Amino acid sequence: MSAPNSDYDPVEVTPLHPDEIARVTSEALQAVTAATTLAELKQVRIDHTGDRSPLALANREIGALPPQARKEAGQRIGQARGEVAQALATRTEELEAVESAARLLAETVDVTLPTDREVVGARHPITTIQELVADVFVAMGWEVAEGPEVEAEWLNFDAMNLGPDHPARTMQDTFWVASSGAAADGPGAQDSGKVLRTHTSPVQARSMLTRTPPIYVVCPGRVYRTDEADATHMPVFHQVEGLAIDEGLSMAHLKGTLDHFARAIYGDTMTTRFRPSYFPFTEPSAEVDLLCYVCHNEPSAVASCRTCGGEGWIEWGGCGVVNPRVLVACGVDPERYSGFAFGMGLDRTVTSRYDIADLRDLWDGDVRFTEPFGVGL
Amino acid sequence: MKVPVEWLKSLVELPAEVTTAQLADRLTMYDLKLEEIIGGGVSGPLTVGRVLAISPEQQKNGKTINWCRVDVGAQNVDSVPDAPGDDVASRGIVCGAHNFAVGDLVVVALPGTYLAALDFEIGSRKTYGHVSDGMICSTTELGLPDDASSAAGILVLPAGSAAPGDDAIVLLGLGDQTLDLEVNPDRAYALSLRGVARDTALAFDLPFADPAEAVTLPTGDGGYPVRVEDPEGCPVFSTVVVTGIDPTRPTPDWLARRLTQAGMRSISLTVDISNYVMLELGQPNHCYDRAKVSGDLVVRRAEAGEQITTLDDVVRTLTPEDLVIADDSGVIGLAGVMGGASTEIGPDTTDVVVEAAHWDPTTIFRGERRHKLPSEAAKRYERGVDPALTLAGAARVAELLVELAGGRLEPGVTHVGTVRAPAPVTFAVDLPARISGVDITPELTQDVLERNGCVVERDGATFVVSPPTWRFDLNDPYDFVEEALRSAGYENVPSVLPTPTGGRGLSREQELRRRVGHVLAGAGLTEVTTLPFVGPAHLDRLGLAPTDERRRQVLLANPLSREEPGLTTTLLVGLLRAASLNVGRGHDVVQISEVGRVFLPAADEVAAPIYGVDARPTAEQLAALDAALPYQPHHVGLVLVGERERTGWDGPGRPAAWSDAVAVLRRVAQVLHVEVAARAAQVAPYHPGRCAELVLADGTVVGHAGELHPAVAAEHGLPGRVGVGEIDLDLMLAAAPPIGPKPSFSTFPVAKEDLAFVVDEAVPAESVRSALAAASDLVESVRLFDVYTGDQVPQGRRSLAFSLRLRAPDRTLTDADIKAARDAAVRAAETEFSATLR
Ligand SMILES: [Zn+2]
Repeated sequence: MSAPNSDYDPVEVTPLHPDEIARVTSEALQAVTAATTLAELKQVRIDHTGDRSPLALANREIGALPPQARKEAGQRIGQARGEVAQALATRTEELEAVESAARLLAETVDVTLPTDREVVGARHPITTIQELVADVFVAMGWEVAEGPEVEAEWLNFDAMNLGPDHPARTMQDTFWVASSGAAADGPGAQDSGKVLRTHTSPVQARSMLTRTPPIYVVCPGRVYRTDEADATHMPVFHQVEGLAIDEGLSMAHLKGTLDHFARAIYGDTMTTRFRPSYFPFTEPSAEVDLLCYVCHNEPSAVASCRTCGGEGWIEWGGCGVVNPRVLVACGVDPERYSGFAFGMGLDRTVTSRYDIADLRDLWDGDVRFTEPFGVGL
Repeated sequence: MKVPVEWLKSLVELPAEVTTAQLADRLTMYDLKLEEIIGGGVSGPLTVGRVLAISPEQQKNGKTINWCRVDVGAQNVDSVPDAPGDDVASRGIVCGAHNFAVGDLVVVALPGTYLAALDFEIGSRKTYGHVSDGMICSTTELGLPDDASSAAGILVLPAGSAAPGDDAIVLLGLGDQTLDLEVNPDRAYALSLRGVARDTALAFDLPFADPAEAVTLPTGDGGYPVRVEDPEGCPVFSTVVVTGIDPTRPTPDWLARRLTQAGMRSISLTVDISNYVMLELGQPNHCYDRAKVSGDLVVRRAEAGEQITTLDDVVRTLTPEDLVIADDSGVIGLAGVMGGASTEIGPDTTDVVVEAAHWDPTTIFRGERRHKLPSEAAKRYERGVDPALTLAGAARVAELLVELAGGRLEPGVTHVGTVRAPAPVTFAVDLPARISGVDITPELTQDVLERNGCVVERDGATFVVSPPTWRFDLNDPYDFVEEALRSAGYENVPSVLPTPTGGRGLSREQELRRRVGHVLAGAGLTEVTTLPFVGPAHLDRLGLAPTDERRRQVLLANPLSREEPGLTTTLLVGLLRAASLNVGRGHDVVQISEVGRVFLPAADEVAAPIYGVDARPTAEQLAALDAALPYQPHHVGLVLVGERERTGWDGPGRPAAWSDAVAVLRRVAQVLHVEVAARAAQVAPYHPGRCAELVLADGTVVGHAGELHPAVAAEHGLPGRVGVGEIDLDLMLAAAPPIGPKPSFSTFPVAKEDLAFVVDEAVPAESVRSALAAASDLVESVRLFDVYTGDQVPQGRRSLAFSLRLRAPDRTLTDADIKAARDAAVRAAETEFSATLR
């Protein structure tokens, strides 16, 4: 490099001539724009900003200029180098984006491949319906009561106003716990005082015996009758019973509760009807029917409806005003309180809703029965 | 109760426009629920015919048909040249049955007859080479109740009972309809036409004349001598005597038809009259052949070992619980249940003693059960017969014997005992409105009750009501509410939603059980419900030792199957049964669970006491009830067969193992916030080396999980290694803390240290892990990530690799802190388990 020369005219030094700087700058910018890959851009960076690039070489000449010319040339070169660096950065960003997008595109998969390696569970519809029913009543401010399945005879029968000679108490209808020492079916076979509960009513009795009115409880659960298993009977099935004890309750409150319950389970257009009936634990007693949820008792559809057999209504359960005798046995003052009770089967609610022809499907444990339900109904 | 509509209409004047269906609907809303409408299913030219000639003709198929000429009176055609016999006016009919002969009266469905039983209109058709101009009918084809003749084939009418050409629809009452009504136990009075007619009149707001009141009651002494030695069992006993009956007289058609329609068979005129009066008034009664009765009639309890041959020709041995009617010869009748053969009405009977009594319902009910002898009489007595009706009943029988059988009523009656009037009941006049929710005025209540036969006195705001003698169900105020509501209409009960004061939602146990259900499903298990009936063979298949506690079952007095005499003590019986079924149906992956009860008898079984119902039992008495019951906890059980993780395109599958069973139950524990530890155990039905017992902090064992013993798996037909587990959920719920652990974590940096130790194979991994965790306050967590046995470690030892996370709650750890914590962990493993650091 030559020593500084104060007489030196920068314009006379070719690399520092403004036109020359403009030219190499333009060349550099064109090269940046023309690069289509990061690798090409890397070469452009070396060629146009590296040690041997025209701008670097021109920069080197500045030192030889007289001081007053040095500032002007320095500014001109600095500006050109900044311009090129900026273009390189912008182009790098652009090319990086393009290349990253291409890389991801190359990772494309077949999204129709199965994702089924995890074993999926399901809950039994009978469990779910019991929870569903419980939720309907809990939402109304009721509570859910439970009790044992092997139950005291007194609670299952006597407390429910089914006297000692009631036909339901025979071994023809009710499973009796064997009495230790007595031969099955022989005298004394029923001396255990224990049965497999034939309804969830003993839970009602327990509720009255352990709570003080007002009482609003619903009791879903398993019950037992001595029926051989076939398509339409099982020795074990599920019921829900409800009991309300309060001041001033009447059949109208029973009807209102059942209407609400029916709408919650079967939809807003559902309604119920009462027919007179007889149960030992209620007086007056009624059978409650549901409007057929298939034909809705519409004149055009009812006659050919197989779900209700052309009746327009489907038997749902039994209900009534709690017999004061039951209140007395359970320690509730019948002068002050009245109440209502109802009960219906849950298995049939499930089988009729899903067109299940054979009740045994609920009990066999075939996973294909439960799986379609998932964790709901 | 079968109610012939024609008979009912003879007792209540129903408007002509009321159809049978409307009648049935109305009665259903009056608590007499229609089961079905019987009859009325035949129309057209159904005609009585006489068989004039029969020509049996063998067919190619080996069957013989009868080609018949039948005289159908006015319905004859002039000539049937093809038919057998002389070609007189008649019809030719082909018939496949053989139980009739020339000269028999039969029922012929001529072309145009509609038979509902066949849902078919008869036409004239060519068959077996002849034109059959109708059909000779069987009882089944006519829709008549099955009786002895149904099996035989064609219905052959008694000789002389009709003439050819008679309308058989009228003759057989086939145009009549019968209501089959379901009579609830509280409405015993409706087991009679009298009772149904009263309710019908009420339902249609018509006047009602009680047929019992139309009977003229005989009076005077000198009736048949009777001694009632057991007035408790027999409060009232009435007899009248009728002599000079003509035993050759047939039962009139109208009476036989009403009996048949009501579901009873016509037997002989005297017996038919007896049954007719039972149906009409509801008073069962009995006719003794007077010639066969010797001495006084005595009502008493039987002596042990006494015998009677009942009308069904069965010899029955009696006990002192049996109430009987006896004469000098011994027992001649089982009170209220069935008469005896020795005094039975026969074809020569001319003189009868008619008995109508009132019997104690409980005695009758028990006797009927003891002798397994349900009868129409017993059915009525056990539910309750009007005690005031005995004399009218006997007199009505006598009246009909005189009118229809040519008998003579002997002077004098016997009427022993008194009728106790039902106690009057007092209740507020607004009670029916209050309890029913329907606007029932006191005036309506009074009117309805009076028309039901009650005597009603109103004293301001109070009714005093004396029910009639035939109503056994009107004892309590609410019973009268039902009567009033029946008339006000159940369909008029308004719908009002009650407003409870606010509940507490699900109980904690209920909420926790739901959590468990969701966790099990979330863990990939499919819930099943299984029957709880189990026997020793099932427990054998689990390989339970003879002394295993789970062999002590709650046994049933009346199990459905001998093989399943009791309730289950473990959910695994049902779950393995279900797993077998699934595998048998071709499922490779069966991962099932059940949340259900098991039944574990108390150490010393006691009977549950029976208390009265007049007051609440005391707290001690209630505790005694519960103490007598078996322990019935909810269990969670599970069975895992096949791949726990399925083979897929992105990796190999993983078969279910003992550890999966433990893992699921640990997850159950986790959602309940219950700490459970696993401990090696040897319990059936588990693999002896692959079973964990799950233990609470206080040492309580809540259940087991692991691998099913391969022999038990094979016994159930389950392939591969099977994971099983079962825990007592009630114990788990009891151990669940009211609130879970509080979240607590440090935000200072973590230091991670991996340590591998070589320890004796017998040292449980969990012991080492918990020793490392306890080695320093700085240890945040320890997780085992590898177990190694093989060339790199000595025989009988294994390498356990743990990753430790170290962190302080209040500062960043220094190198010295980290080293100290690491050294403490290594030292703990070395000193407690003779571990060597790898
Ligand atoms: Zn329908």
